Amino acid sequence: MAMEMRLPVARKPLSESLGRESKKHLVVPGDTITTDTGFMRGHGTYMGEEKLIASVAGSVERVNKLICVKALKTRYNGEVGDIVVGRITERRRSAEDELAMRGFLQEGDLISAEVQAVFSDGAVSLHTRSLKYGKLGQGVLVQVSPSLVKRQKTHFHDLPCGASVILGNNGFIWIYPTPEHKEEDAGGFIANLEPVSLADREVISRLRNCIVSLVTQRMMLYDTSILYCYEASLPHPIKDILKPEIMEEIVLETRQRLLEQEG
Amino acid sequence: MASVALSEAEKVYIVHGVQEMGIGGGHLACFSSPRVWEAQGEKEDLRVDGRGCEDYRCVDVETDVVSNTSGSARVKLGHTDILVGVKAEMGTPKLEKPNEGYLEFFVDCSANATPEFEGRGGDDLGTEIANTLYRIFNNKSSVDLKSLCISPREHCWILYVDVLLLECGGNLFDAISIAVKAALFNTRIPRVRVLEDEEGSKDIELSDDPYDCIRLSVENVPCIVTLCKIGYRHVVDATLQEEACSLASLLVSVTSKGVVTCMRKVGKGSLDPESIFEMMETGKRVGKVLHTSLQNILHKEESLGTKRQKVGFLG
Repeated sequence: MAMEMRLPVARKPLSESLGRESKKHLVVPGDTITTDTGFMRGHGTYMGEEKLIASVAGSVERVNKLICVKALKTRYNGEVGDIVVGRITERRRSAEDELAMRGFLQEGDLISAEVQAVFSDGAVSLHTRSLKYGKLGQGVLVQVSPSLVKRQKTHFHDLPCGASVILGNNGFIWIYPTPEHKEEDAGGFIANLEPVSLADREVISRLRNCIVSLVTQRMMLYDTSILYCYEASLPHPIKDILKPEIMEEIVLETRQRLLEQEG
Repeated sequence: MASVALSEAEKVYIVHGVQEMGIGGGHLACFSSPRVWEAQGEKEDLRVDGRGCEDYRCVDVETDVVSNTSGSARVKLGHTDILVGVKAEMGTPKLEKPNEGYLEFFVDCSANATPEFEGRGGDDLGTEIANTLYRIFNNKSSVDLKSLCISPREHCWILYVDVLLLECGGNLFDAISIAVKAALFNTRIPRVRVLEDEEGSKDIELSDDPYDCIRLSVENVPCIVTLCKIGYRHVVDATLQEEACSLASLLVSVTSKGVVTCMRKVGKGSLDPESIFEMMETGKRVGKVLHTSLQNILHKEESLGTKRQKVGFLG
């Protein structure tokens, strides 16, 4: 059995470890971004008293004449076409619903779906009009901040390490064993409750810990970053990945590899 | 208790992970009615975060975080965050125990921890935890209550132990008991003398030196080990998801020598006597290691003295 107790260590500011030359311009709601009126205002800003003021807490991004503030930690704002992973909390109670759906979807079930429409109050309507969406079976859910999930062409990834991952835009990440038969995308109709093999479990647990480390170090989540982090973590036992010093080491290696790949 | 909703498939995944992987074994029809496996070979228990069944998550312990208390401690166990403050006040001893001081526990489940605790939602859990703390301290050897007596039948020290639940991430009882032990270790009670004059009236004199204090001996203060029964095995330090899969748990309060002071079963499921015995043995084993680690870290923190960098809440 393992038991580790330690004294807390103050977090180092991230820019030290990165060696960044240009510091990010961080603002809080109410901060003046600029008094120059020549800029177009983007998300997270508003005009007041001849000044451009931030309405959210985050970093200022400037693209030519457009200034916007990218919030560091937000509630999820739905966009049409986003993939989300969600848990059913409540359902309509009507006779037809009882007959048709209750056998299939219960409260507490997880589903993957796509955003169909966004209402003015922020609510979204979802659809599962494709067999790749639907009820999710055995696997592990990791909840992260939505701002850390990078927008990509596809959010369903079959990673070469042996597991698959769905990166929901709402911050819900679903890790599951890759199904053997790819042709039967049955939309989750057949719930597979067979025990998952130990090798698959190890991959899933390792991926889960890697995602948690990336999130703790505020790195964007996408298939490449998760994969590089997984490979960097292979020398360590799975449960050690969550130790602060090993987490920093792994994420630093991932960051370096990603920079090399870009450059 | 704060809980998360899980789908059936997620629960099945967790339960299978905790139980032994039998060779070519059958499958569970549903997680609530397992068939007994013929377990051969190594017990490859693998929980969702890679831990074994008897592994704890990493614990951060810091004492002396609240300045206006006699002693305080903050414990972070994964996502569970507990703050304990101890205040020593003078009062009259209880009638049935005139030579002893006593401890009073109060647990506040803050609404920061989870929305369920909003308003009066956290009161039930708070009273349950406070009653458990009273029970585990309700014996002669946990804390030397006679040392808290100033003058029999008239004055004694009352230690008000306030527990604040800041974040709820599973395994509350263990974290709270660790924090209470650390806070009691950190408690410094001012040294007082009782002066009696010729008329017989007593006066209590506080020492001039603010650092002249008495410390409590926490050698025999017990810690709680919660064992959750998942499937037919039990795990230590369950996360919220694992607690949602467990129908019954056993809380075992263990001292550093491995002596069990109290035991309590929670949950709506049943436990058979064999399981209870096994869980108690595991609890004793795990408890001894827990105490050793805690004592080491507390002594290490104290040896750092003023050089220690206080992290507190803004770290």
